[in-house]
Amino acid sequence: MIEVGLSHYLFLGAIIFTIGVFGIFVNRKNVIVILMSIELILLSVNINLIAFSVYLQNIIGQIFTLFILTVAASEAAIGLAILVVFFRNKETIEVEEISEMKG
Amino acid sequence: MVISVKNTVHAVFFLILDFVSAAALFILIGAEFIGMMLLIVYVGAVAVLFLFVVMMLEGNFKNIKQGFLQYLPFGFFLGSVVLLELIIVVGSWRYKTDFITTSEIRYDKNITNTEQIGQLLYTDYFLPFQLSGIILLVAMIGAILLTYNKRSNMKRQMVLKQIIREREESVDLIEVDSRKGVKIND
Repeated sequence: MIEVGLSHYLFLGAIIFTIGVFGIFVNRKNVIVILMSIELILLSVNINLIAFSVYLQNIIGQIFTLFILTVAASEAAIGLAILVVFFRNKETIEVEEISEMKG
Repeated sequence: MVISVKNTVHAVFFLILDFVSAAALFILIGAEFIGMMLLIVYVGAVAVLFLFVVMMLEGNFKNIKQGFLQYLPFGFFLGSVVLLELIIVVGSWRYKTDFITTSEIRYDKNITNTEQIGQLLYTDYFLPFQLSGIILLVAMIGAILLTYNKRSNMKRQMVLKQIIREREESVDLIEVDSRKGVKIND
């Protein structure tokens, strides 16, 4: 029986962060999946903050986790609203189709 | 699983699973309040929001995996690079014991986790707390304003037009002769 320590939480955060970055770069079709990848990245940041907060016996990390949670929730809401408006105008949510600006 | 599954609804369910497991880990490690907040905020609100949008926009998802193989090597390369960097950073880092002494606010084991967070959040971090509330308000107003569609054929009460209406433009006094009647031209 191994003891779960700080490094296990840090590795979990690193793996989830990597999955999020991987998801952003691999997915070229669906914007919703990209938003979900961003949520994964923010979750990994939260895991790191909580792990250090408990390890260092410092409560400030958990407070900042609350703030990150707030920002992530509002970001998801705004992103999905923009997506709904875009779908209403263009009838598509594919990433490669969203290239209106020519420059 | 969140990024590799074919159906987007299943991806949202895997995201919920991910958040539930993270909340369970938080509760296990001793941060009960954050774990419960994660459950409420993500599983209760954000995941349901994602599900709504996915089901609303679902239509032509047949060719959703078309470019998957095309970008797979690049994504795999980038992901492995990032993972390697993170593992190197985490693995090579010795846990310095003098790092602990820099934290000034300690756990008090006698009071609960929620009480500690509340005691700090409403005193030292009161201004950021209010700011996060303002961020939520702005997000709410922005989302409503973005998705609000005006209907052009809807009849509304125009208050200003009613108020600025004058007597001269709405009432005509007509001298009516007897046994002639009134001829209205409009």
